[in-house]
Amino acid sequence: MTDSAQARLALVTGASRGIGKAIAAALVEAGFTVVGTATTEAGAQAISETLAAAGNAGGGVVMDVSDSSSVARAMEAIQSRFGAPLVLVNNAGITRDNIMLRMKEDEWDAVINTNLNALFRVTRACLKGMTKARWGRIITISSVVGVMGNAGQANYAAAKGGAEGFSRALARELGSRAITVNTVAPGFIQTDMTDQLAGGQRDALLSQIPLGRLGQAEEVAGAVAWLASESAGYVTGTTIHVNGGMFTG
Amino acid sequence: MSSIEERVAKIIIEQLGVKPEDVKPEASFVEDLGADSLDTVELVMALEEEFETEIPDEEAEKISTVQAAIDYVKQHAS
Repeated sequence: MTDSAQARLALVTGASRGIGKAIAAALVEAGFTVVGTATTEAGAQAISETLAAAGNAGGGVVMDVSDSSSVARAMEAIQSRFGAPLVLVNNAGITRDNIMLRMKEDEWDAVINTNLNALFRVTRACLKGMTKARWGRIITISSVVGVMGNAGQANYAAAKGGAEGFSRALARELGSRAITVNTVAPGFIQTDMTDQLAGGQRDALLSQIPLGRLGQAEEVAGAVAWLASESAGYVTGTTIHVNGGMFTG
Repeated sequence: MSSIEERVAKIIIEQLGVKPEDVKPEASFVEDLGADSLDTVELVMALEEEFETEIPDEEAEKISTVQAAIDYVKQHAS
């Protein structure tokens, strides 16, 4: 834990479970004050309890990243309760898998809105604080699927590929203010999202992964915590792949 | 208490790192004072803080010279 990290506020969207929950825990461990968002009051409450149990001064806040007014309300609440986040982890995301021939427009829209448009909403709301501080970390959770593609996930791949481009553009825009912008691209990580995979799908998947297993959320969180740290200060506009070797760009 | 002109000039000098004698009313932030687009946003943020006012984006885009900044503050700050 460093003194500078202690004073810094980190915001993690979608922090009530899965990878987001592990990221929040890793940032607490690294000494940040952590605010986590969830779409429900119960989710936000659970985050608050976890943080309080860890002795962290942060808390849980209700935010639906797919809704501009919800983001605006939540950001206002965060600002007045905790201050300006200097680390932002864009983690909240959904899937609505379907082959393209069967995909409905609402499945496309929901994934683009929650996984890509939300980056615009939440990141923009955090930029003033980081610019003023002349220090910031924007870390977006993308996906190996955004780089490799995956049958049945055209919407998700489009959103995650979009997140990669978004991040690289921002890295160039904000570099002069010592704000770094990166993505972490997980492969297949054991979460509620991947627990839905059928047995056959799962075996086929594992045969593509050199390390022969799904990843753990903590292994993604470790990469995020490093990007948030001082020692990653010269790393910007890049992607850290955490995928067991299934894609080696 | 210094005048609005002086307070605005002080902010411009600090934010853009320019010499006081270059901060003339007609000076453009980008063309004459070497500001990039991010600098102009930061300048507006600093004006908001100094004069405790909120400058909407569409107004902020019009503040491109020293005089425009002074005029805006005179019209809107309490």
